[in-house]
Amino acid sequence: MTTLIYTTCLGLFCMLAEVLNLRKLLVPALIIGLSIIFVVNMQQWGITTPASIGSVSVSHMIKMDNFAIAFSGLAIIISLLIFVLSANYYKDEQNQLSDYLSIMVFVLCGALVMFSYNNMAMLFLGIEILSISLYIMAGSRRFDTRSNESGIKYFLMGAFTSGFLLFGIALIYGASGTFELEGISKYITAGEIAPMFYLGISMLMFAMLFKVSAVPFHFWSPDVYEGAPALITAFMSTLVKVAAFAALYRLFSHCLGGTMYYIEPMLIIVTGATIMVGNVTALSQKNVKRILAYSGIAHAGYMLLGVLSSQTNAASSVFFYATTYAFATIGLFAIAIMTFKSNHNENVEAFNGLAKKNPFAAALVSIFMLSLAGIPPFAGFLGKYYIFSEAIRNGYVTLTLFAVINSIIAVYYYLKVIIAMYSQTANDKTLVIHPTYMVVAIICALATIGLTIVPDMLMQILR
Amino acid sequence: MTLLILLLPLVAAIAVLLIGNKMASRVALLFTVVEFGLTIYAYTIFKQKGPDAFVFFQDWISSPKISINLGMDGLSLVMIGLTNFLLPLIVVSGFNREFSNAKTYFALILLMQFALIGVFMAYDGLLYYIFWELALLPIYFIALGWGGKNRVPVTLKFFIYTLAGSLFMLFGFIMLYYYNPNASFNITDLYNNPICSCNQGWLFWMFFLAFAIKIPIVPFHTWQADTYSESPTQGTMLLSGIMLKMGTYSLIRWLLPILPAGIAEWGPLAITLCVIGIVYASIIAIMQNDIKRLFAYSSVAHVGLIAAGIFALNIEGLQGSVLQMIAHGVNVVGLFFCADIIINRTQTANISNLGGIRNVAPRFNTLFMIVVIASVALPLTNGFIGEFLLVYGIFKYNTWLALFAGLTIILGAVYMLRMFQNTMLGNTNENTQHFADLNWSETLVLGIIAFTIVVMGVYPKPIFELVQPSLDIILNKALAK
Repeated sequence: MTTLIYTTCLGLFCMLAEVLNLRKLLVPALIIGLSIIFVVNMQQWGITTPASIGSVSVSHMIKMDNFAIAFSGLAIIISLLIFVLSANYYKDEQNQLSDYLSIMVFVLCGALVMFSYNNMAMLFLGIEILSISLYIMAGSRRFDTRSNESGIKYFLMGAFTSGFLLFGIALIYGASGTFELEGISKYITAGEIAPMFYLGISMLMFAMLFKVSAVPFHFWSPDVYEGAPALITAFMSTLVKVAAFAALYRLFSHCLGGTMYYIEPMLIIVTGATIMVGNVTALSQKNVKRILAYSGIAHAGYMLLGVLSSQTNAASSVFFYATTYAFATIGLFAIAIMTFKSNHNENVEAFNGLAKKNPFAAALVSIFMLSLAGIPPFAGFLGKYYIFSEAIRNGYVTLTLFAVINSIIAVYYYLKVIIAMYSQTANDKTLVIHPTYMVVAIICALATIGLTIVPDMLMQILR
Repeated sequence: MTLLILLLPLVAAIAVLLIGNKMASRVALLFTVVEFGLTIYAYTIFKQKGPDAFVFFQDWISSPKISINLGMDGLSLVMIGLTNFLLPLIVVSGFNREFSNAKTYFALILLMQFALIGVFMAYDGLLYYIFWELALLPIYFIALGWGGKNRVPVTLKFFIYTLAGSLFMLFGFIMLYYYNPNASFNITDLYNNPICSCNQGWLFWMFFLAFAIKIPIVPFHTWQADTYSESPTQGTMLLSGIMLKMGTYSLIRWLLPILPAGIAEWGPLAITLCVIGIVYASIIAIMQNDIKRLFAYSSVAHVGLIAAGIFALNIEGLQGSVLQMIAHGVNVVGLFFCADIIINRTQTANISNLGGIRNVAPRFNTLFMIVVIASVALPLTNGFIGEFLLVYGIFKYNTWLALFAGLTIILGAVYMLRMFQNTMLGNTNENTQHFADLNWSETLVLGIIAFTIVVMGVYPKPIFELVQPSLDIILNKALAK
């Protein structure tokens, strides 16, 4: 609970900083603040006292179990990396800096609620806090039509799904008479399930699948990713995706596990379709952000495979996968933002000849791409391996084989960027990579390699 | 000792990266020679203490359990010996050639060595798989960065093709893990706890696909000729000399003993594919005019014979296959080096534009001749004993197959001697009249290769002695139903 309170305070501080004329201190203060919050968050590890604010118990609303703490830790680190990038990214928009950063901190707040909710109302609140902040951020380039389009599109689709989410929760409440996860879980095990309840979880599932951009609810994500400012795209494709997955996983592991027999067929089809559509559509894309959007859809499919396996505590597999995916994506964006900027172009051609201009950056991009493609010795491989072996353990052999075949397809579009870097001739535009970006990319690369060497560090904590 | 042999190339790769372009090739040579020295030292230890001296075990990932389980039995040691013997030669073959960004080039070659040694050392399924995949990355970047004009589509096909095979293998390994009563990737667990024969049939294909693409066995060979001709020479040498052997080695190490029922079910089909491949590739090789493509197809024929010998499931076939793996590794590196010398000096790879090189480069002629007769398996060269044993092994398995497999020797003589005649003999023409004879580094490489060819051909016994115990164990498992 303290994690959430501190983070909210940090967000409020960002808003006040503008008034108090502390603009220069803003980013360092954020970084220090988040580091402290990270430590505070980790200190709650293993402590099972119910969540409370002062003397008021809120354990019906929020439950800080190890699952929540682990994902909160990951989310805070992702945000830290993004905030490090933001200092330079927004250097031309100083007068809006505090607005942007405070909204981004509120996205983190929403995510923290989504990791730790113990009540359907909190799930809804978390998703809304996160989404509304993101609607603003996606459209934050006011004078750029594509950014506007992105914001409006995201808002309309998102608002529509929020309706589904609420309606679903209401129906579930109508059937079971409670918002609490445990209560609903008891209602399911009691055995007398009203038809209304099934309708409720179906609508809930639609809404959640929209948030993780699973097929057939994925159409928003490439457009939104393409139009939004690149840093926000990085934020969306990492933190937001991880948050949505953690929320979905928590829903199954804490509450809806008993209705797996009902959801399973739907989820299997959605998983297969998500993996396939994501990978196949990415093949023909030229814009790197769109490629990453579709690859993100495909990765959502692999993580759904982990959610399917939730009967046997696949939390650590999903957590590991999410971590590797987040690090590779952020690192990739750190280099890509600079490349886009110097070329005024967001297509694959922007990477042409990067190996000659800056061999080190090209090597880093290769590491991230290969990690996303799941090729050893990078962490993405172990992530895939854990997910696959967990799925096989749960008996989804055919689906796993299907996923394996699809990861072969995926290699093609990841290699497209590598080929552009290593075998195309460079243009004459100079590429300057700001040191903060390089630092973030190097941290991500070290994490990507390091997680292969000591994967147990992450894999053991959620057992 | 085991760890030292494994990690030295990795250290070397980093050192070469740091040392800069000018000294890169020399430093790489130094490290590879030291590595070869270490291998010889390991061999002497092996003679005294046996494979137990090389066991290295360290827990790595607790669930699903993967451990860093390394070791060297006779078979591994022979393959590592081949790798470490060829690497210095491959590095020297890059002397006096211009490479842009030489440090990265040689670092990638050394990284490749690291991965290859890892493949031959790993006794844990997943660890083995990681090295297997790791070997793909450096060779891909070598071909992409320093390859010929057409490299982009060719290397892409190569990468996706081989990765596809590997991913099926990964799936196969995960299935093995769950079918195994001990739930382990450890090779002794996999050897000693055979899984239900009902599942072995399709698992066989998961592994066979990966190996067949790597080896390559017809009809999975289509990536190969293009990749060989587009890669830079050192890349081609690594691919044909050592990386192919990963496939045949893995057949022996991982496929035969772990899935005996699968072999019993599908082995006949596999061996037939191999033999078809031998004849098919030989005939294509006869039609080739491009010298590198000719060697590429001859390589398909040779490794097809090696794989056929493995599937014959008898000791002669297995012994022959190991010996021929070594022999082919040495010979094919020699062949591609000769091809590189010719192409580099005449700027043409088309054998009908060449001729009469013998008249201007007698030293080159002699050494090239020895390599060529070794690859057509004349007695007293290393090719002879291997091929003889292989054909004999296949003969014990099935007479008709042996008849077709034996064609490789005749057809091999046809295309090799035709190539030799067209390039070296006859009259010199405008392409070849200024052909300079070998310089010192080229003489050194080809001289060592020619010397090895003769020594192995006359006295192959140490290799047999080394691999005999491992092959006996593996054959026992493979024949136990």
